[in-house]
Amino acid sequence: MKLGFFTREAFSSISRNAVPSFAALASVLVTLLVLGVFIPIVQATTGAANDVRGQVIVNVYMKSDATPADSQRVRSQLAQIQGVKSIQYISKDAAYAQERRKNPQAYQLLGSNPLPDTLRVTPTNPDNALALVSAIQPQTPGGGRTTIDPSIDSVGSSKDNTDKILTATRVVKLTTGLLAGLLIVASVLLISNTIRLSVFSRRREIQVMKLVGATDGFIRWPFVLEAVLLGALGAVLAILLLGVMKVALVDPLVSDFALLSAPSTISFGLLVAVLLGAGIAVSALGSAISLRRFLQV
Amino acid sequence: MAATEKELRLRDSQVAQRKDAAAASGRPGDPANAIECRGVTKRYDVSKAGLSGTTFSIRRGEFVFLVGPTGSGKSTLMRLLIKEIEPDEGRILVAGRDLAELTHKQLPFYRRNLGVVFQDFKLLPDRTVYENVAYALQVTGSSRADIREKVPDILRLTGLATKLHNYPDQLSGGEQQRVSIARAFVNAPPLLLADEPTGNLDPETSIGIMQLLYRINRTGTTVLVATHDSAMVDRMRRRVLELAEGVIVRDELDGQYAPTDMSTAEFGALLREPSPEPQRVPKKREPGDDFDEAFRD
Repeated sequence: MKLGFFTREAFSSISRNAVPSFAALASVLVTLLVLGVFIPIVQATTGAANDVRGQVIVNVYMKSDATPADSQRVRSQLAQIQGVKSIQYISKDAAYAQERRKNPQAYQLLGSNPLPDTLRVTPTNPDNALALVSAIQPQTPGGGRTTIDPSIDSVGSSKDNTDKILTATRVVKLTTGLLAGLLIVASVLLISNTIRLSVFSRRREIQVMKLVGATDGFIRWPFVLEAVLLGALGAVLAILLLGVMKVALVDPLVSDFALLSAPSTISFGLLVAVLLGAGIAVSALGSAISLRRFLQV
Repeated sequence: MAATEKELRLRDSQVAQRKDAAAASGRPGDPANAIECRGVTKRYDVSKAGLSGTTFSIRRGEFVFLVGPTGSGKSTLMRLLIKEIEPDEGRILVAGRDLAELTHKQLPFYRRNLGVVFQDFKLLPDRTVYENVAYALQVTGSSRADIREKVPDILRLTGLATKLHNYPDQLSGGEQQRVSIARAFVNAPPLLLADEPTGNLDPETSIGIMQLLYRINRTGTTVLVATHDSAMVDRMRRRVLELAEGVIVRDELDGQYAPTDMSTAEFGALLREPSPEPQRVPKKREPGDDFDEAFRD
């Protein structure tokens, strides 16, 4: 009986306060629409950045007279260093064959194979690549550098490139993360403020209800239900629009461009659930919290 | 009015009875007291006191006026009685119950036993007359059948039977005040508080409202009316409490009471008569406070 009464009250108050209700609905709709577009974009960007970071590797070049046994020994030494994820051995000949395929003419001019045996080390965390390099090339007391094994010729740190990749991807990830955070904060503020305003415009009504002897719950539930209805309606409309956008714009592009499908983004079903939940929760909480002040009569 | 010897003697004996009753009501927590204030003080800031050390009691079934100029503490007292604000000192007992002991949870249930009428009516603007009155019943969890039975009854009593489906802004001030009285009385509360119920109304409409309050009083409800219309009060010949700067300066417990068994029509006629002279406690004059003196004609 009570739930029925509250629901009827919520519906009639939406129709009585058409303008503030529409404002709340519209703010939920717009913010969720923006969020719905932005969440996959943020995910695709961080996915791409992570892909790039995955390509950060450390090349350990062996001396040209190193034997396969030397390489084996170095490999086991490298495996003991912390932060090493995997080691790939590329022999002289394999490297030569690979490079010649890339650039046949240049290698035609070379009579012999100038390439050394290489151990390709992938760090567990790309940020540690440079630390890994210094671990393979410890500093001598004299200030120069030595290597952990005499058969290592040099370590291909490509310091500048690694630095650039790491900085650039970090900036991209931080920026998108910050933007996403700001957008979420802005959405919460916008929705809860619109609801606050609609509650504020009815504070006299709330005061009268209190004076007539309504309990806090009796006043609160129709308001919260109303906010839930508006939040849900706004979220559903936003999701419908997102669905239309997905079908009309994103899906045809996916088949044309590999980039869009490459990084894994949130599945549409999960996105719908998140948006619907967020729309309802923020509206309901916003109305319950803004009511609290006016219930203290 | 030429009163016969017998009538005068009868009136004298009534006054004596009331005096006895007043003496008996001196006991704190007397269940025969509808309202009891003991040393109630409310300060808004250091210099300005809303009420200072007010002590009085009102017996069940009494019709009492509370008069005084703006800022004398009438509204403060009303707000204290509905526990919208808390006193700084002193105790307020309503129907033998100390208001200080009421918790926030109990407050709505206390207020259901009060009918409250305001100068600005405080009707819910987007509900019809019927819905406004019904709300007071819905709050208490009344069944729909109960509401369908009681609301038309009370609206007939207050002369609004033809205005059921009008909205407050389609009614005159007097009609709106009748709706607010109907709402206050639909739960048949034992105590009715009216804060300036005729403040916004013309004299003839005011008489109608006072007649309505008198009719409610005749059903056994204690009625306390705050007003600054002292001429009307003097004509009604009921008990009068007068406040000035937060202090009670007049309590005409032994004033010229009119008989309590008048019909509403006789009561209306009484209101149109010239008023008797009020009897005030002589005000202590501070030296140098001659401003009013100079302009007295």
